Amino acid sequence: MEPTNINDPEYFHKVVDCQYACPAHTPVPEYIRLIAAERYTDAYMVNWESNVFPGILGRTCDRPCEPACRRGRLEKEEEPVAICRLKRVAADNKGEVKHLMPHAPAKGNGKKIALIGGGPASLTVARDLAPLGYEIHLYDEWHKAGGMMRTQIPAFRLPESVLDEETGYILSMGGIHTHFNCYVSSMREILGKGYDAIFVGTGAPRGRDLDLPGRKEGAKNIHIGIEFLANVAFEHTHAIGKKVIILGGGNTAMDCCRTSRRLGGDEVTVVVRSPFSTMKASPWEIEDAQREDIPILNNMPPKEFVVENGRLKGMIFEKVRAEYDDKGRRTLVPTGEPDVFMEADDVIIAVGQDNAFPWIERDLGIDFGKWEVPVLDKRTFQSTLPHVFFGGDAAFGPENIITAVAHGHQAAISIDLFCNGKDLHNDRPAPTTNLVRQKMGIHEWIYDSEVVDDDRYAVPHEEKVLALSNRKIEVELGFDAKTAFKEAQRCLNCDAQTVFYTSRCIECDACVDICPTSCITFTVNGDEDDLRGRLTAPALNKTQDLYLSDLLPTGRVMVKDEDVCLHCGLCAERCPTAAWDMQKYLYNVTKATTIL
Amino acid sequence: MSFIKPNFRHPALPKNQVGYTKADYEGAISTLCAGCGHDSITAAIVQACFEIDLEPHKLAKISGIGCSSKTPAYFLRNSHGFNSVHGRMPSVTTGAYLANRDLIYLGVSGDGDTASIGMGQFVHAVRRNLNMVYIVMNNGCYGLTKGQDSATADTGSINKEGGVNQFAGIDLCSLAIELGATFVGRSFSGDKHQLVPLIKAAMAHPGFAFLDVLSPCVTFNNNKGSTKSYDYVREHIEATSELDFVPHRDEITINYQEGKSVLAPLHDGSLLHLHKLAPGWDPTERKSVISLIQTSRTNGEIPTGLLYLDTHTRDLHEVMGTVKEPLNALTEKELCPGAGVLKEINDSFR
Repeated sequence: MEPTNINDPEYFHKVVDCQYACPAHTPVPEYIRLIAAERYTDAYMVNWESNVFPGILGRTCDRPCEPACRRGRLEKEEEPVAICRLKRVAADNKGEVKHLMPHAPAKGNGKKIALIGGGPASLTVARDLAPLGYEIHLYDEWHKAGGMMRTQIPAFRLPESVLDEETGYILSMGGIHTHFNCYVSSMREILGKGYDAIFVGTGAPRGRDLDLPGRKEGAKNIHIGIEFLANVAFEHTHAIGKKVIILGGGNTAMDCCRTSRRLGGDEVTVVVRSPFSTMKASPWEIEDAQREDIPILNNMPPKEFVVENGRLKGMIFEKVRAEYDDKGRRTLVPTGEPDVFMEADDVIIAVGQDNAFPWIERDLGIDFGKWEVPVLDKRTFQSTLPHVFFGGDAAFGPENIITAVAHGHQAAISIDLFCNGKDLHNDRPAPTTNLVRQKMGIHEWIYDSEVVDDDRYAVPHEEKVLALSNRKIEVELGFDAKTAFKEAQRCLNCDAQTVFYTSRCIECDACVDICPTSCITFTVNGDEDDLRGRLTAPALNKTQDLYLSDLLPTGRVMVKDEDVCLHCGLCAERCPTAAWDMQKYLYNVTKATTIL
Repeated sequence: MSFIKPNFRHPALPKNQVGYTKADYEGAISTLCAGCGHDSITAAIVQACFEIDLEPHKLAKISGIGCSSKTPAYFLRNSHGFNSVHGRMPSVTTGAYLANRDLIYLGVSGDGDTASIGMGQFVHAVRRNLNMVYIVMNNGCYGLTKGQDSATADTGSINKEGGVNQFAGIDLCSLAIELGATFVGRSFSGDKHQLVPLIKAAMAHPGFAFLDVLSPCVTFNNNKGSTKSYDYVREHIEATSELDFVPHRDEITINYQEGKSVLAPLHDGSLLHLHKLAPGWDPTERKSVISLIQTSRTNGEIPTGLLYLDTHTRDLHEVMGTVKEPLNALTEKELCPGAGVLKEINDSFR
């Protein structure tokens, strides 16, 4: 194996599992340490720079960081750090932040940008471009900004005040002209307005329907999930029947069933066609639904809406089991049991959603590919019409808020480069990186290197009776400062990198002997598979890199398996020659506007 | 500074035949200097005990005073232990051994603890052939009192202050062989590949097993001119042999080469396989071993590996014909056998 090139910005980035897994690459350990130090405002700003909506995401993020968290790999029962809920702590406890945020300059740069849709992707573009003097026009069909964060996330998960606050920070920067209650029905019209660039962030607004017998006849009591949620959010819908069936196993289904419980649904049931274990919803959202006495029935595909005298009576379901072929492909095979009839006053269909661009004429030079999704450059988000960009769910189909934010940052860079006549690929800024020694004394580090044994702390919930009484009462109460500190201490500080200097090593083995998780080996070099098999502990997790030194005087190399390194600093503490050093690696995706 | 080692271990750590992982043989975190050779020896002891499937309660670790003698705190936290008086580890071990022959006795000492203050004790432990492993962590200096030359420092070795040692160093291996030790080895803390099998073999050996392990003192004796520094030892080390320790449960599949290999069965059914590298040396011949050590010394080489082995050995219990059971397991019935037995004894003198 070749020696590791630690000058590659992605090498140490990959070691910070949470940050690497985050679409926006938020420097997680950095803000967790700030939270532990009670520097909530600073922690908030580290987040805000990167993900724009810390308060919103601290409640609703899909948290790709948590399954990636190294802590979850340490032991079978060990759970990841509650990264998402710690983010909320920063938002809940921060001080005044508005003065730390940039404003639009007094004099614009003369360029005009249109943002279609007022969701997280568009708002991110607005935040990144407004401080550069762009004149921004934001169009949305609703009367407030937020997009799906407002229409699809129920208030008991995300209070309106938090949404208003964080969308407000952006809209009050100056230079952003909002056109609310304004549904854009023609791209041709927008193109005719002479914008220098147009960003489409219209999400995936079409909820899928189910064309089953009885669908038409029962239409009055059959609802599409995302439309139902929007109607509730904008207070067009205030009630639902006593018995409600939700079809679908995604996060929208979870939001629909929990909303139904708050609008009068006493017997709310979720029915999924496939096995429980393959449900798309996040495990914590499933848990929250079950906690509110909502049964989830699986392996039951819907067959028919039963309508009597023009009124919905219920649904008939088939019973199936999942079978997998050699290639792991699944088929649902009927079990032969009789079909099941379930009574229902209302049925909500939450079986997925799609992009939809009925408002974009197809003769404008904006190409659409398979499934009616726009043809885009994956890196620059540019469409086939050079000054039109897409981002968020509108780009590649439904994802989540944090992905939309990441798209927004990249699209903003593209738009800025485009408006300045630069090349969207070659002139793209590299990430900024910084590697700083953490040594504070002979055996002291700036960061808390001690590894605590605590189990993950649970976020307290509101009393169930109270929570179910009003859809605006937030269920999760957030960590208090004390618990937040304890949870923050569970973070292993994976950004405190173990940096190895070959020339200083005297091969005394002290690091090998002390390493609690047997990460370090001195051995003769070999190819990667061979090396992985003969380390102090076998390096079976191939998604994690081996860190290889140059050749040492005894003809061996140092090999470190990054997989379960605790970043405890003991190798560096026990090293007599400082051949190991703990250095904090800060990786930051460059944004159009420098904020921190 | 960390005083507690994190409790997490590698999730894929293998378990041995008695169900323990290597972590179960560890002790507290070391308070020795960073990079101390003693820590490597500690790790080798942990590794060896893991590999021989030792049940920790079947071993007693005994030490005197010094940096070396602190190390029993850093390994085998579930074993018996006695940190005794300076140089008095052999006496305490003798007592413990006489009281209970069922345990493995691991004596840990240093060059000061053995070659200076404890010399009088050391020689008698060898002479009596106690069934124990005696490890000297040998760094040629008094690290705990800021690095003065010890009795094992070689003539001409330069210490950290630049002082040149004028006295002859005591060669503990030669001395042990001279006094009748039946298992004598030398190794280097930086070579676990050699040290771990040596420790395993020493524990299986049914008599006094002596290991002189060169263990650089990074703080006071790792400078240029020192003959016990990492660099010097690495440059001058000459492995006399490669040692395989084959536990009794494993099938013996050794490629035995006449004249090149020595096979030594041990009383528990395990086997030592010694592949010789040094020419003209027979590890079962005392004279040959002494000659090898002296020649190497003249040539400035440090011979390592298992230097001398005698498996036809009678340990102290056998020699003295003492009772087999541990003393604390003897009941009144055995200790006071009654008037009948007394009469028998008296009659035998009439």
